[in-house]
Amino acid sequence: MTGRVRRSARRPVAVPARVDVLVLGGGPAGTWAALAAAAEGASVALVDKGWCGTSGAAAAGGNNLWFVPPEGEARERAIETRTREGGFLTDPRRMAAAVARTWDAVHELAAAGYPFPDDEHRPGERYLGSLQGPEYMRLQRRRVRRAGVVVVDQSPATELLGDDDGAVVGAAGVHRQHGNAPWSIGAGAVVVATGGCAFLSGALGCNVDTGDGALMAAEVGAELSGMEFSNQYGTAPAFGAETKGLMYQFATYSRADGTELDIGGMGRPALQRAMVEGPVYARLDRAEPELHQKMRWSQPNFFLPFDKMGVDPFRERFGVRAVLEGTVRGTGGIAVPGEGCATTVPGLFAAGDAASREDITGGITGGGSHNGAWAISSGSWAGTAAARHRPRAAGRATPAGRAGLRPVGRPRGRYDDVVAAVQSRVLPLELNRFRTGASLRESLAVLDPLWEQVVDGLAPADRPGTHSRQAAAMVAHARWMYSAALARPESRAMHLRGDHPDTDPAQTHRLRVRGLDDIAVIADRPREAVIAS
Amino acid sequence: MIEVISEARCIDCAICVDVCPTNVFDADSRGRPSIARQSDCQTCFLCEAHCPTDALFVAPLSGPAPEDSPLRDEEALAREGRFGEYRGWIGWGHGRSPGSRADRNQVFTLRLRALPPPEPVVPEQEGPRP
Repeated sequence: MTGRVRRSARRPVAVPARVDVLVLGGGPAGTWAALAAAAEGASVALVDKGWCGTSGAAAAGGNNLWFVPPEGEARERAIETRTREGGFLTDPRRMAAAVARTWDAVHELAAAGYPFPDDEHRPGERYLGSLQGPEYMRLQRRRVRRAGVVVVDQSPATELLGDDDGAVVGAAGVHRQHGNAPWSIGAGAVVVATGGCAFLSGALGCNVDTGDGALMAAEVGAELSGMEFSNQYGTAPAFGAETKGLMYQFATYSRADGTELDIGGMGRPALQRAMVEGPVYARLDRAEPELHQKMRWSQPNFFLPFDKMGVDPFRERFGVRAVLEGTVRGTGGIAVPGEGCATTVPGLFAAGDAASREDITGGITGGGSHNGAWAISSGSWAGTAAARHRPRAAGRATPAGRAGLRPVGRPRGRYDDVVAAVQSRVLPLELNRFRTGASLRESLAVLDPLWEQVVDGLAPADRPGTHSRQAAAMVAHARWMYSAALARPESRAMHLRGDHPDTDPAQTHRLRVRGLDDIAVIADRPREAVIAS
Repeated sequence: MIEVISEARCIDCAICVDVCPTNVFDADSRGRPSIARQSDCQTCFLCEAHCPTDALFVAPLSGPAPEDSPLRDEEALAREGRFGEYRGWIGWGHGRSPGSRADRNQVFTLRLRALPPPEPVVPEQEGPRP
């Protein structure tokens, strides 16, 4: 490091000692939360592990929204369809609120200058249902700063601060571009919007999503929900990991010898079964030539990797693989049963992919529509509720972080080895996409000792940041998801059990998960497997 | 993963150091960036998008490119017009209009809705009842 000073070190951001609302995470959910809290007159700080504007799964991709106009019965129909597909685990009231909030929010974006395209079907109107990640998040950063929010980049939060009554009263972390200098911010309320956990699979834009927020929340006693619905995989070209799925609706799939597979469009479970059996190739030859340019302009970074490789995906076959997107495009996360996405811990709110999305998408992926709408709506609700939260008199603030942060034993592991061990149990389709009771138990037998190892402590990482902490969060997520999966002996939505292939109407309930050393899975009250007519 | 910082194009602004979501770059005292932690690169292309002089090239591979790969050859990449490609598509930079104005995802989400659902739907006996 001698003689090498990072440019940003010359202009450090002053971190406030105390704010009304502290937002952890600067993706869509975090920025909408910060805007909503600032609109209530609260003083707000937003702290991001990376850089607010590029951080998070949304910035790297396109974001089609769950975007339903208020006219006619379109919204009722959209809610009914998703309720059925999601395995009857949704909350119709929150679904309706999310659709309504998203509609309003995109009009706010239009007013703020987002360059929306012309509507294909309504001359003279703009289409507001799709947001290009880089453009969207560049605008959100501008809006947040204009609203007076203190934005602190490259400064991962490592732990929450709790008071003697068990309420959350702030958070602490490090400035990773300033030699890991510590920061600590007291807050009336904290919004966790740190994203889901994709286990460093490389899925597009998802390596920032290592589940840090859920680990912090669990350490102060927060419950999680829907962790069994954590095995969403995206399709990517075999040479890379660009998991953008929409264009595969034009794909035909084949084996190495050219034999065509009878799998239409995106047909995920069938495609993934074929991938388990052997290499699969794709070609986007179902797209009419007049669509090609529209496809490119709609998803430029779907085509960018092919262009860089010199592959024409419309005419040439290319290998495809399945890349785990975990809870980023699964639905599990911190349970938010309370008004305004309040968690089960006072002073702690959760939004976006850090929170459970069962309310609006049940047990199927919210990727490609619902997650974007959820980020906007849950962020807005959490920000408003956090600003209105009235904390009790501030007492002593105790840091709650443990595994990967405060070793309790002799360090006996390396970060890279722990990550590799977790990945070996969660990335393979045959272990996670297609589950059996036996494979789940076998995985937990590997993961439980790994947790003890992380609690004891890992050898110091060879790079700045919070790598040990990320490893702890990934081990915790793997254990939560397989513990929940074991407690659901049926197949429902994305959770497929080879030993229980049918859906069991008696299991029309959510599974709540709590704990770190000892994990408890609790079945929620049963839900009605009917749609109100 | 990030493979090339073009010495000739780089103006030492270190924006890439600031914006990288996985903290891959370091900068020296003049602001000149270097690839310090390539293995942390998540291949999101966002440094390319934010680089004002098209000085960066991110290969689309999920691992490092082999030593002799054309994806590491600055001259060959420049010849092929591979610098600043993403920035061009999203329409950032002087004299360009935002690529989002040409976004036609509306067409593709509508078309998708007409196709069968991607996940198996819960069996009929659990469907709507009178």
